[in-house]
Amino acid sequence: MRDVAVIGAGCTTFGEKWNMSFRNLFVEAGILALEDAGVAGEQIDGLYVGNMSAGRFVEQEHIGALIADYAGLASHHIPATRVEAACASGGLSFRQAVISVASGMEDIVVAAGVEKMTDVASGASVDTLAGAADREWEGFVGATFPGLYAMIATDYMNRYPLTREQLAQVAVKNHFNGARNPIAQFQQEITIDTVVRSSLVADPLRLFDCSPITDGAAAVVLAPLDRAREFTDTPVKVLASAQASDTITLHDRRDISTLDASVAAGRRAFQMAGLSIADIDLVEVHDCFTIAEICAIEDLGFCRKGEAGRLTEEGVTALDGDIPVNTSGGLKACGHPVGATGIKQVFEIIQQLRGEAGKRQIDGAVIGMTHNVGGTGATVAVHILGV
Amino acid sequence: MSVARFWRKIPQRYNLIGTTCTTCGRYFFPPRSFCPDCRRAGNIVDYKFSGKGAVVTHTVIRTASEQFEKMTPYVLAIVKLDEGPRITAQLVCTPEEVRIGMRVKPVFRKIAADGESGVIYYGTKYVPAE
Repeated sequence: MRDVAVIGAGCTTFGEKWNMSFRNLFVEAGILALEDAGVAGEQIDGLYVGNMSAGRFVEQEHIGALIADYAGLASHHIPATRVEAACASGGLSFRQAVISVASGMEDIVVAAGVEKMTDVASGASVDTLAGAADREWEGFVGATFPGLYAMIATDYMNRYPLTREQLAQVAVKNHFNGARNPIAQFQQEITIDTVVRSSLVADPLRLFDCSPITDGAAAVVLAPLDRAREFTDTPVKVLASAQASDTITLHDRRDISTLDASVAAGRRAFQMAGLSIADIDLVEVHDCFTIAEICAIEDLGFCRKGEAGRLTEEGVTALDGDIPVNTSGGLKACGHPVGATGIKQVFEIIQQLRGEAGKRQIDGAVIGMTHNVGGTGATVAVHILGV
Repeated sequence: MSVARFWRKIPQRYNLIGTTCTTCGRYFFPPRSFCPDCRRAGNIVDYKFSGKGAVVTHTVIRTASEQFEKMTPYVLAIVKLDEGPRITAQLVCTPEEVRIGMRVKPVFRKIAADGESGVIYYGTKYVPAE
């Protein structure tokens, strides 16, 4: 297996982008990534694109070919493959690209993610997202995505010490970081009051506990490590690529408040990299809801079950804390274009490890981690990157 | 949801027909035709659940998808059936009544409808049984 490096990365701004179409979004991110890598279109050997539901959001399937075409690569006939695992589509797209380069099958590979969510009304997007859970036995009876994570929160708060204010602090912290990220959907700081006074979506989760509906795209370019310096002076090595699955329904999980797939993918990633949590300088976790960040910190092993709320309150996960979590603003403040999120997480780590993260820079960061969840934890992708 | 797709699961949705593996004694709802524990050594037969159980966790849905928008707020819960399986279902009670550990029993109810002239979907909800 060959060592793999990221040689370039690009990302659109995230938000409600009414003047941008699905294909425009991807082309913008792709061009940014290729320019960053100094790679020309004809050098690309393969393309993977993470996308959850273009079929429901913009009534378009066959995304791989569409994107290769509008990226100007139709005449090169490159292999272009769509990867889908709900909100983990981007993470799996990145992993497929890593596997492709590591295997020796392809050299210069683009891993991208894109989602255009605002072309349907919010009721329709809620229903589309519910398809990430079990349509027959969760969605059919009226379960929404916030509702499922709310049931994790109810279970968690019944078993472990987590206060309403600690949960709100996750959103406050992520908005603080988002306010320092020029691509973030929300670049305003908020207070605990903002969260606890926002409207209830699914008890106990309120509007400011939830990640938003977002349009956006992100892309990164991968190459074999031994060729990386042909293209860039700042290659970032892929130290681990791990993936795990679990039951599709929340109710069938061994433990409602533990994402066993996060635990498994995290362990596999640390084993593959030969590293431990003490080596990680920063981590982008899948905070689709505030409770999800609490669970992720614990499930990846950064603290014991039941401690993440206190850690968050004490600032351990803040920009200036011991384990900065979601320096990009996370899904909560940076936004959550579902298929693009896993690639945006990699984009953030690349910026941090190159020292290009501006006002949210973690000084001296050399190893970063990404954690991307599909559904309520039925798929998890974890990556470790280092310089 | 198409008529055929709904119709084919009527035994489960109306009457809680699941399955059990006679090799290991584990119960499945919704039914599984392949035992994850015994795998090919498993022997799966139908089993009618009583539907009695207890609330494991819950929420109140206040923002719903299109089909359920007019029903908000409604109580949603994970219920552990007495035979072991857990299911997700709506509870017919007020948000103030629901609590973890509450005993519940099944009732036949309308779940949703495809607009004013479309298919009406029936199924099982749960009511407090204390």
